[in-house]
Amino acid sequence: MMSPELFQQLLFYVFATMTVGSAMAVVSVKNTVYAALFLVLCFFNTAVLWMLIEAEFLAITLVLVYVGAVMVLFLFVVMMLDIKKPKAAILKQSYTKAALLIVGAMLVELMMLFGYKLQDQLPQDELIRMPAGYSNVAEVGEELFIHYVYPFEIAAVILLVAIVAAISLTLRKRPENKTIDASKQININPAERMRVVSMKAEKGNGEKS
Amino acid sequence: MIWDQIWVIVWTLIKIIAIVLPLILAVAYATYFERKVIGFMHARMGPNRVGPWGLLQPFADVFKLLTKEIIFPSNANKFLFLIAPVITLATAFAAWAVVPFSDGLVLADINAGLVYILAMTSLGVYGVIIAGWASNSKYALLGALRSAAQIVSYEIAMGFALVGVLIAAGSLNLTEIVEGQAGGLHHWYFIPLFPLFVIYFISGVAETNRAPFDVAEGESEIVAGFHVEYAGSAFAVFFLAEYANMIIISALAAIMFLGGWYSPIPGDSIFAQPSVFWFLAKACVFMFFYFWFRASFPRYRYDQIMRLGWKVFIPITIVWIMVVAVMRVYHIGPWF
Repeated sequence: MMSPELFQQLLFYVFATMTVGSAMAVVSVKNTVYAALFLVLCFFNTAVLWMLIEAEFLAITLVLVYVGAVMVLFLFVVMMLDIKKPKAAILKQSYTKAALLIVGAMLVELMMLFGYKLQDQLPQDELIRMPAGYSNVAEVGEELFIHYVYPFEIAAVILLVAIVAAISLTLRKRPENKTIDASKQININPAERMRVVSMKAEKGNGEKS
Repeated sequence: MIWDQIWVIVWTLIKIIAIVLPLILAVAYATYFERKVIGFMHARMGPNRVGPWGLLQPFADVFKLLTKEIIFPSNANKFLFLIAPVITLATAFAAWAVVPFSDGLVLADINAGLVYILAMTSLGVYGVIIAGWASNSKYALLGALRSAAQIVSYEIAMGFALVGVLIAAGSLNLTEIVEGQAGGLHHWYFIPLFPLFVIYFISGVAETNRAPFDVAEGESEIVAGFHVEYAGSAFAVFFLAEYANMIIISALAAIMFLGGWYSPIPGDSIFAQPSVFWFLAKACVFMFFYFWFRASFPRYRYDQIMRLGWKVFIPITIVWIMVVAVMRVYHIGPWF
């Protein structure tokens, strides 16, 4: 006999294993395109995990934004790189030790957070169950636009400023660039460019051409 | 208990097959329809040799493609080369899960249906990118890059057009969006959302890489773009996915702007009843638009595609979202 709860737990463990596995593959595979694709797989499995806790709007938005847009641009860049087989010597360089140190510190921090601070707030055995008719879309919308409207709007404005700043910092016109402004091309007036000359028909002197 | 669950899974699989099989058949006859439409627009006959009026031509093409050999380019990444068409097809079919064909006739009636569709159509670009990279060919890589840039750009305009629909309907559920348009032709959303309607469909044409936005294939410039190295059934899968995507864009245009399964005819006659046939008829009109565009317009230049998406469509959609929000707040017309 398999109860729905057990089935859901089984699904959780399958997708959680795939999430962790693909996340480890991102940093361990040699081919950068494979690494980017494993990151896509990792995001996708995370979305499924969110779906299991009935956050379907957040799950689909994760797929839409991170998988559908951000990772496409990542892959775009990675594909243009000239991939060389990394040598074993690169992996033994000094910054590997620094990276391991940072990873260790973060691991300890996370364990402390979940082990001590959030111990009382985590559900012990039962799954989080929402009543029937619960809409994750409506819930997220109310939280964002009613309860947290000012932080949300301020974050949006900061992002907008960051976009404008990033574009204005990197946008430069090269003098040798021969790009023509497309709106100028479309909005041309034929009368300014072309002169219609009316002239008499030329008369031949009877010779066959 | 356990049998109930098994039955639910089997019943869902039956429903999936009931959607996918007619879809594949629809794709086969969409190619026939396309060749006939373009043929008549060019004042020629179109396919007319296989079967009566050429009706068996799609099957002849399918069997030809399935019996051909799949050729792997030298130094191609075999695994990614084979998985790319599968990804394209899977996302194209997965989007159909939330499409309501008629009242209650839907596989998964989920609340975030509109976002799900947008997510699935945007995932299709992975098949294109992976195919272009794994082919180990310059033309394929160029086609993949063009396609990625184009799909990411037009997704934004398309998403904003859908935001307008979301404001008008007050729901992301596709069934509720259609039900919000009940009450005859003048209640349909294409009237208050007309600019978004036009932008949605044009962005849809660009998202599916169809003419006049087919620079990802661009046979006169980069041979056939991302699928230049594909042959036989692998190519057939790409072809199937492209047409399935076209049909879903058409179906969504019918659902969101033309009242889905509701009839345009007022009164009590049999034609005034809401039915799945109205939905299919409306979707067919948009399919015809696709072929009409292909026969009428020359291919856009690449920089002008980008200009159209970023500098024309996105500002128009943002302005019209404001207009729709104001109309919604003041309950203007029969729509809100």
